[in-house]
Amino acid sequence: MAKVTAMDVYKLLPQTNCGDCGEASCMAFATKLSEKKADLILCTELDDKSFKKLDNLLVPAVKEILIGKDDKAKIIGGDEVLYRYEESYYNQTLFAIDLPDDLEESEFNERIKTIENIEFERTGELLKLDAIALRNKSEDPSKFAEAAKKLKSSKYPVFLVTLDPIAMQKALEVIGGDRSLMYAATKDNLFEMAELAKEYDCPLTVFSPGDIEKMKDLVFTLRSNGIDDIVLDPGTLTGEAIGDTLDNFVMSRRLAIEDKDEDFRFPLLGVPALVRLNNEDDEVKNGTMEATIASTLMNKYADVLILKGTDIWELIPILTLRQSLYTDPRKPQAVDPGIYEFGDVNENSPVLLTTNFALTYYTVEGDLKSGNASTYLLVLDTIGKAVDVAIAGGQFDGKAVADLVKKCGIEDKVKTRKMIIPGLAAPLSGEIEDETGWDVMVGPRDSSAVPDFIDEKF
Amino acid sequence: MDQINQLLKLLENAESVEIDEFRMDFEELEINLAPAIARTVQQTVSRQQAIEKSMKKTMLKAGDFKPPIKEYPSKIAQVQLGDGSRKPVFLGGQNSLYRFEEPQPNPPVVTFDVFDIPMPGLPRPIREHFSDVMESPGEWAKKAVKDYGANLVTMHLIGTGPKVMDKSPREGAQAVEEVLQAVDVPLVIGASGDPIKDPPVLEAAAETAEGERCLLASANMDLDYHRLAKAAVDYDHAVLSWAITDVNMQKSLNKYLMKDGLKQEDIVMDPTTCALGYGIEFSIDVITRTRLGGLKGDPDLQMPMSSGTTNAWGSREAWMKKEEWGPTDYRGPLWEIFTGLTLMLNGVDIFMMLHPDSVRILREIGETFTKEYLSTPTPEIDNWITELE
Ligand code: B12
Ligand code: SF4
Repeated sequence: MAKVTAMDVYKLLPQTNCGDCGEASCMAFATKLSEKKADLILCTELDDKSFKKLDNLLVPAVKEILIGKDDKAKIIGGDEVLYRYEESYYNQTLFAIDLPDDLEESEFNERIKTIENIEFERTGELLKLDAIALRNKSEDPSKFAEAAKKLKSSKYPVFLVTLDPIAMQKALEVIGGDRSLMYAATKDNLFEMAELAKEYDCPLTVFSPGDIEKMKDLVFTLRSNGIDDIVLDPGTLTGEAIGDTLDNFVMSRRLAIEDKDEDFRFPLLGVPALVRLNNEDDEVKNGTMEATIASTLMNKYADVLILKGTDIWELIPILTLRQSLYTDPRKPQAVDPGIYEFGDVNENSPVLLTTNFALTYYTVEGDLKSGNASTYLLVLDTIGKAVDVAIAGGQFDGKAVADLVKKCGIEDKVKTRKMIIPGLAAPLSGEIEDETGWDVMVGPRDSSAVPDFIDEKF
Repeated sequence: MDQINQLLKLLENAESVEIDEFRMDFEELEINLAPAIARTVQQTVSRQQAIEKSMKKTMLKAGDFKPPIKEYPSKIAQVQLGDGSRKPVFLGGQNSLYRFEEPQPNPPVVTFDVFDIPMPGLPRPIREHFSDVMESPGEWAKKAVKDYGANLVTMHLIGTGPKVMDKSPREGAQAVEEVLQAVDVPLVIGASGDPIKDPPVLEAAAETAEGERCLLASANMDLDYHRLAKAAVDYDHAVLSWAITDVNMQKSLNKYLMKDGLKQEDIVMDPTTCALGYGIEFSIDVITRTRLGGLKGDPDLQMPMSSGTTNAWGSREAWMKKEEWGPTDYRGPLWEIFTGLTLMLNGVDIFMMLHPDSVRILREIGETFTKEYLSTPTPEIDNWITELE
């Protein structure tokens, strides 16, 4: 199915250019809508018929599902394409961490704290986990409900993981629904779970391990009973069967996007934690394999993952891959060029030079901060390119640096005329000196060595 | 929200309702309110309906299920590496994107990096596996094959770099000879990356390895690739065609190489591997477009692809000591796995890698690509909720 264009949207707008939506014209608003950068309700001039038509037109191929309530709320789904270069993937994969309900009280609380506190900073973004998957390992409904009660005050939304409708009901009762993700309806408990999903207005996962044909029937039955907030788990089969898991994920997503098959137009859920099922390997092997499965499924369309490992070495690559997959290929990743200041600067502080590629800038920033350096940092506009990329591409040369020095006003801030450039820019040191009239010092290749370099050379 | 609730009360027993001037039925109601609210209304409405009518508890059949299999007009060429005294390895040959459409004829393979100099700069997690053999490329290659199951070995002639040890092409060729003697897997032969020195180094290596069908790495736009193409044609090798994350550059280079006498079956492409966190998304996009282009019929893109997965070790998350990031012993291999696996899932066929654990895991997953859908025993996970520790 072809993608919705701004023109398709424009045709259905009132075309009065009244400006109420905050855009200068209906066409501008249509462009924003087609790029998912505006909400249809902002147009005040729509009649009901057109609203309905537009709303239908704009529903993404994979439906968006809300998990959690109020300030805990997260949205999953929303994808329109199979390949990220065609547009972008939307609403990044949600990471939930497994929490068995049979843990000792102190261990239980400790684990919640661990989950809530895990974070990792990368390119200026704080990467975190998203949800807690409370698992009815005890098989005791009361115990499950008790545990759920404790999660009511947690920072993250909750998944209720049990196949037992009685346990599910008890937990939903104490937690008040709160749009917890129910996991899961199967062929054996479908209607009981469905009634609970309706009663508590919670999204419901369909679990059909290794059988997406059956999954389709289950979803169809749910939809026919008026349930539309669905998440799909085709089963995370690991070991040699990982190939089948991949096939099932890809087929499900292809059916949603290319065939608009109504029974597959829902977010997909995987459970990499299952590598640990009946597995005697040590913690490192398990963590490595769990991360491997997570990366496999994230690459092929998982919108939600349930993990068990909380070691930071395992989570850093997972969080980083998610950040990469969900960058918008249509946007350069850049920071504003100009002067940045670190620590206590004065007219004798060193002046460093780098580029405005987000990854480069934030790497350098992190190193300067953790090294407690007091320095000016000049950020050159390289249209978001790394140091050697910009040099190879011609955005980073003596003239460009001279322009920056003139325009940014650094010459009024410091008395010195000495600049430290990245080690990779060494071949440019002569031309920078010629064009700026400053002295150039070639710094280390990696910015982690910059604070020491400053200490030694300044 | 209160207003809505009142509205819903009104709706409870009615099929439609009149509000002020206009009339609407349920379906329209949902769209006349703001989407977020509309959604809630819709759900509440269906809840009401449920309470009234309760569910029809019969399992329904959704109609025929058809796996979404596509026809692709073209095929990826199959490239043979290894001949003469080597056991051959085949790359490419796919006629589909995924194995549920048609299993791959050949699994993705891994080639272990071996260097002609001891490489003191290699990260510790790798050095500790190879420190006993780093002085001898032959022993190094043997260890990679015997102990770690390498499908192929990449002989990097780094020492020939003018700024490294400036070894002569002859010395480079000797290192190649040593590795050829030591193992019987096919070889990838890489030079130092110097545009002037690489062509003579690779020519000498190609001559030494005549008839063994190696992969010469790499031809690119910055060096005299005609010489590489000629060496490959003269001594029967394949060529790695390297473009920097640019599909059009890749197409041009492949075209030029084919003008010089190479066929699709003699070329492997390197679309450039940007590591995890260092632009891996650029690589994903380029690799996806390249593979789709090939399957859809572009003759300049119908070759298998290669990844310099080892690039992952240049990422600071892989090598940098940092307490709050956990041990590099675990982070490093994962960085290499994530980088390689991501590209493998998007179509890459051969991986140049360093760490034994990363190699093992990539191979395990890659080997499933040649199996039929649902042909392996399905692990029992129905009761994972209670069985998982
Ligand atoms: C991703 C990538 C791209 C991406 C661009 C990503 C981006 N937005 O920049 C794309 C695909 C677009 C690209 C394009 C090109 N690329 Co490119 N690319 C890379 C790659 C793989 C990674 C670059 C990266 O992200 N580095 C990470 C950042 C954080 O590094 P950094 O900016 O250098 O910062 C570090 C240091 O410089 C230092 N530092 C930074 N600031 C400062 C400041 C001070 C004071 C100090 C002391 C230190 C310091 O610390 C930082 C952290 O370590 C590299 C290969 C590699 N290096 O692995 C090739 C590479 C840089 N690209 C290369 C080339 C040739 C190109 C192209 C010219 C190809 C072409 N012919 O079209 C184009 C140019 C595009 C343009 N500018 O118009 C070559 C450059 C060769 C050279 N040195 O001359 C490289 C090295 C690949 C290679 N081996 O050939 N590329
Ligand atoms: S509010 Fe509606 S009618 Fe007015 S300019 Fe915006 S899109 Fe056009």
